[in-house]
Amino acid sequence: MVRDLVVRGGTVVDATGTRRADVLVRAGHIVAVADDIDPPARAEVLDASGCTVAPGLVDLHAHLRQPGREEAETVDTGARAAALGGYTAVVAMPNTDPAIDCAAVVREVLDLGSTAACDVHVAGAITVGRAGQRLAPLAEMAALGVRLFTDDGAGVQDSRLMRRALEYASALDITLAQHCEDAALASGGHMHEGEWSSHLGIPGVPAEAEELMVLRDIALARLTGTRMHFLHLSVAAALDAVRAAKGAGLPVTAEAAPHHFTLDDSVVASYDPVFKVNPPLRPTADVEAVRVALGDGTLDAIATDHAPHTQEDKEAPFDEAPPGMLGLETALALALTELSLPLERVLALLSWQPARIAGLEAEHGGPVAEGRPAHLCVIDPATVWVVEPEKLASRSRNTPYGGRKLTGRVRHTVLGGEAVVIDGQAQR
Amino acid sequence: MTGKHLLSIADLGLDEIDEILRLTDSFVEVSERAIPKVPTLRGRTVVSLFFEESTRTRLSFETAAKRLSADTMNFSVSTSSVKKGESLRDTVETIEAMGIDAVVVRHASAGVPWQIARWVDAPVINAGDGWHEHPTQALLDCYTIRQSRGSLAGLRIAIVGDVKHSRVARSNVLAFTGLGAEVTLVAPPTLLPPNLTGWPVAVSHDLDGVLPKADVVYLLRMQKERQIESLLPSLREYTARYGLTRERARLLSDDALVMHPGPMNRGVEIAADVADLPRSMITRQVANGVAVRMAVLFLMLGSTGVGRGA
Repeated sequence: MVRDLVVRGGTVVDATGTRRADVLVRAGHIVAVADDIDPPARAEVLDASGCTVAPGLVDLHAHLRQPGREEAETVDTGARAAALGGYTAVVAMPNTDPAIDCAAVVREVLDLGSTAACDVHVAGAITVGRAGQRLAPLAEMAALGVRLFTDDGAGVQDSRLMRRALEYASALDITLAQHCEDAALASGGHMHEGEWSSHLGIPGVPAEAEELMVLRDIALARLTGTRMHFLHLSVAAALDAVRAAKGAGLPVTAEAAPHHFTLDDSVVASYDPVFKVNPPLRPTADVEAVRVALGDGTLDAIATDHAPHTQEDKEAPFDEAPPGMLGLETALALALTELSLPLERVLALLSWQPARIAGLEAEHGGPVAEGRPAHLCVIDPATVWVVEPEKLASRSRNTPYGGRKLTGRVRHTVLGGEAVVIDGQAQR
Repeated sequence: MTGKHLLSIADLGLDEIDEILRLTDSFVEVSERAIPKVPTLRGRTVVSLFFEESTRTRLSFETAAKRLSADTMNFSVSTSSVKKGESLRDTVETIEAMGIDAVVVRHASAGVPWQIARWVDAPVINAGDGWHEHPTQALLDCYTIRQSRGSLAGLRIAIVGDVKHSRVARSNVLAFTGLGAEVTLVAPPTLLPPNLTGWPVAVSHDLDGVLPKADVVYLLRMQKERQIESLLPSLREYTARYGLTRERARLLSDDALVMHPGPMNRGVEIAADVADLPRSMITRQVANGVAVRMAVLFLMLGSTGVGRGA
């Protein structure tokens, strides 16, 4: 039996507002939220003085690499990185080997996640093997609790197949999520196409490759009346399209990754593949557009696109290296440091809004209130720290933020009533 | 030279380019001797690390090193462990462990010389990285133009052809404009870089209009793959609009120079007999290439005292 736990001295922030309160947790649930709680005998006390106590963060977009690329990350190491970043739930992307495209692989990943430091959910593939040819067994996976489906890493290119997927999905209470990239237009590109790619001699991907698929999918969402989620949007024109679609009442949601509001394409001039990512880093005008869209509600979530790669893979020539960056341990601090948004808004983007998109709102991201599951994170908003790649819990080291000074850090994380991170140290 | 490596023309100040070109004069003289060899780099080892085949550039660097009495090692991909799956970094560190004083790198991917420069202590010379740069080619081209015209200042230079995929064009735009020339890029829009912001050049799609005013017409190699990628309908159509045919060559002023980095596709970007006209600098470029590379190796290894293990 897990001991009682008291989070003491903090300020609670959730979707209902902000107030000074202690939180008493028993048997996995919140049993009291009050101004001054006397810890019961033998209770574990987590000091939260000067800190924010919030619902645990929810990541819609993590590549945990298992099965298939265990040398880069495992469910266990990725979940530990997530817990240290304040996450109590992550959605594992299906571009594993084999892909998460059937019940057997779903079960394997859920099983691997059952003892991890955060709740591990999976996104299923839309098409068999993520090959974009025929529908994966969506209902079979949905029956195991899968709520989000995507071929992430690639978009579903065939418009007719995407239409069928949306129609089929409408009966299953699931959400289809798209990696928005017109493959033919993007073909051969390794960074954003523009001034820097021309100068550096690296083949580029035009912004329009993202915009085109967002426009197509908005049209398909209208045609089918089915909800859609857009992954890692990075260009102003795509954000404008989503803004207009929401204005027209279409059921679309969208996320952006921290690197798309903190880094621009000029950093590629080092030719260091740590800065290679897909979608690629964009010019400052797009970076600014992502920041604006996070503030005005066009974007519903910040999602990490945590994409671990081994040192060997990231030391290849730029055009041969795989795209992707770590994100789980730095996302919250980057948002707090770089976005001039109120704390409540940052937490909405990182916790309760993504929880709803992932269909996890019954468990995660809910108000810090009596009777709710005790998934919490305690954030010290004033801590200044420097990102040290070698100290990250991820199995890989490919963060583009090594040496960067950030403000705000997760102090404790509580998963199902158990402290899985205490004073910045993982307990699992 | 101030920098330890020669990666980009942008790394060189005008005074450094001038120093290299002046020194090249004395190495041209050495190359014309009965025994074209000086003992300057005796005991030094220069390795050619060619991940992409380029016999001409490799031989030019090796000849330059040998005329300076350096030892040369040659690592090329067709005989290497890269095909057995060895990583770039492991390959480079293995070569360095053998004891080397300079690395000459050619790679099909842009930026590889920058990556290698982060991993090794020895100076790195970029002998061509993807579409990006080929600084010694630009230096030998500047030298060749200066030989004929005295200076690049105020000259009008047309660079014609596949600029988008050309490391030669990128380095030459920096070098030619840096030395005061006016550069016009002449190409179909599909063979220009998609964004020319910050490039100090004019652009034209009308070769006939550009040729009468040009002091130098610099032709780039056209590769056959460009048709497959739908960048061109056909080589025939390219030649009709952008090839330096015999008829077009008549539009040139009397003292205008014709240049090409080689290897040429005679009959595509340049007509066979135009390549052999007296105004054609093409073989002189090759000869000057050895002398320019001698000057670069001398400045990087000879005068600074940088040696093995330093």
